[in-house]
Amino acid sequence: MTSYGHALREGFAYLLRNYPETFTIGQGLWSPWYVGNSMTDLDKEFGKGRVIDTPVSELATTGVAVGAALSGRRPIVIHPRVDFALLAVDQVVNQAAKWCHMFGGKVAVPVVVRAIINRGGEQGAQHSQALHSWFAHVPGLRVVMPSTPADARDLLIAASLGNDPVVFIDDRWLYELEAELPPVNPSLRLTNVRPRVDRIGTDITLAGCSHSAQLCRQAAEVLEKLGVSAEVVDLRLINPFDASPVIDSVRKTGRLLAVDGDWSTCGMAAEVIASVVESLPPGAFRSSPCRLTLPDAPAPTSKPLEKAYYFNAADITSKVLEIVSRL
Amino acid sequence: MNPVTADAFQLGDLADATKYHSPIEIAGRSPDQLQRWLRKLIEIRCAEEKIGEEFGKAVIKCPCHLVIGQEAPAVGIAEHIRQGDRVFGAHRSHAHFLSLGGTMDQLMAEVLGKETGCSNGMGGSMHLLDRANNFFGSVPIVGATIPIATGAGLAAKMEGAGGIAVSYLGDGATEEGVFHESLNFASVMKLPVIYVVENNLFSSHLHISLRQPFDSICRFALAHGVQWQRVDGNDIVAMADVASDAIQAARQGAGPQLIEAVTYRWRGHVGHREDNDVGVMRKEGLVEWKKRDPIRRLVDAMIASRHITKTMADSIWTEARDAVASSWERADLAPYPAPSALLDRVFFKEENA
Repeated sequence: MTSYGHALREGFAYLLRNYPETFTIGQGLWSPWYVGNSMTDLDKEFGKGRVIDTPVSELATTGVAVGAALSGRRPIVIHPRVDFALLAVDQVVNQAAKWCHMFGGKVAVPVVVRAIINRGGEQGAQHSQALHSWFAHVPGLRVVMPSTPADARDLLIAASLGNDPVVFIDDRWLYELEAELPPVNPSLRLTNVRPRVDRIGTDITLAGCSHSAQLCRQAAEVLEKLGVSAEVVDLRLINPFDASPVIDSVRKTGRLLAVDGDWSTCGMAAEVIASVVESLPPGAFRSSPCRLTLPDAPAPTSKPLEKAYYFNAADITSKVLEIVSRL
Repeated sequence: MNPVTADAFQLGDLADATKYHSPIEIAGRSPDQLQRWLRKLIEIRCAEEKIGEEFGKAVIKCPCHLVIGQEAPAVGIAEHIRQGDRVFGAHRSHAHFLSLGGTMDQLMAEVLGKETGCSNGMGGSMHLLDRANNFFGSVPIVGATIPIATGAGLAAKMEGAGGIAVSYLGDGATEEGVFHESLNFASVMKLPVIYVVENNLFSSHLHISLRQPFDSICRFALAHGVQWQRVDGNDIVAMADVASDAIQAARQGAGPQLIEAVTYRWRGHVGHREDNDVGVMRKEGLVEWKKRDPIRRLVDAMIASRHITKTMADSIWTEARDAVASSWERADLAPYPAPSALLDRVFFKEENA
């Protein structure tokens, strides 16, 4: 069994071992604690020339990676907290996402911007944000939200070996999740990745990504014991977003709960619901689609407030029971 | 490394518009090289005059930042660029593109948004590309290509083949934090990057004295441990000489270099007008600055040294204007990108490359 954190490390090691044009760069890469267990000792194994720790300069570091990607390298930039990646937004949104299009389709930008959601642990408003829907809003970026150890490893590899800029966001709350890993498929590319139905069900569709997808899977197990059959769709890649697996699922179940560990307004849950509602006739729904998201407030630090802020699998279960009991 | 001196803070005479009006020093220079530079400077000037003219008629709509008056830095740098180097521009980059070998046809088509443009009509004046000639892209977000060029320098260092990266920027871009982040980064990592600061004393409408406590950018190089040279950016010979020194040093592993080329733009920040009426502290300077014309100073020197005659100089101008006119005609007739380009070029496809 391999944990999500170790699976990420396997992904990095696979890339660094087999593709000399790959390298990683970011703050804390020579430190044991910035990125959990996801990059332990990579600098010792592959050298400090390819596992580069940097000055406290998120914007320049990300720009350096974009420039290296334009020059034939395959860099992966690490932002140990999503919040700090915001200092680099010009390079991600104005530059990496735009260069292919505005230069006539002639420019590949194979850079991965990896950022970590560090929710909980009383870390507060500036160490906990997800913000994946911000990045998913931008044409030209591929946005990856892995929820399983296999996806953590394999989508990281696919992200780095593609030709487009990728925002890859992983969640510290998944790092201990374990699974058996299949051999790496070196030909996997993000162009072939779409949302995946993780569990078949008939009464309701639960759709989410990253840690929310894991909570949906846990809730579905509990619901089964309560006599409710939930289908779970793990979104995995939220830009470009292929909603068809969710649409197909809701066509069958007639009910939808979009779950997202981020805020509601203009968020991913809203995108999921809008995509489904646009594609199915009103008669296809047995109840109105719903969403479960974080409250519209910055993350608190105080323990009881934090408990109220984050939802868990039991909250999903309660919400589903409320939905299926509606007439 | 340069010594720590007050010299890094002040431009001194180079900022005095009444100075440096004389013909430039060309003794001992190859007539062929001088004539090649002269042709390139005139070609750039004529291209910009044409673009300005069409912009004034609203035939060109995209924002055009004209380089008239400050053509020499690009030509001096381009002289020392070789295959494997990577050069990045900014918003005012027509000269960077043309000096490296970008064609007039591709520039004119691009400013018109035509498929035959250097960026297939997807970029316009502010997004130029010509990788075959080492020009890796220009963008108008101020400062954005500074870290990108720094990353190209990191790639060059990893390649280990003596390649370098060039980052063109203006004095205004040094007010962006990322300039300082990048110089610090390049210095610590000892990257082969040449930061070419075209200090034209203005950012948009604001004179540097209204934006910075000192007028020389070299002080920032000093602070970041980056080797620096300051040069009369309207003297092509001096410009090519400092470019040679800096680029050679970077190729040999001496780390990042900063060149401050002091120059002046004759037109406004954007568009064809001279902007006398909106620029702060501008009107009084422009008349004098035009006497520091990089082309006239070279022409006068070459005529005085009998490298060319006045008639030959006139015919270079005529040939350049004719070439621009015929490129313009071809661009005018060229097709726009197909509607499918809108979605087809969002992500990279081999067949589009």
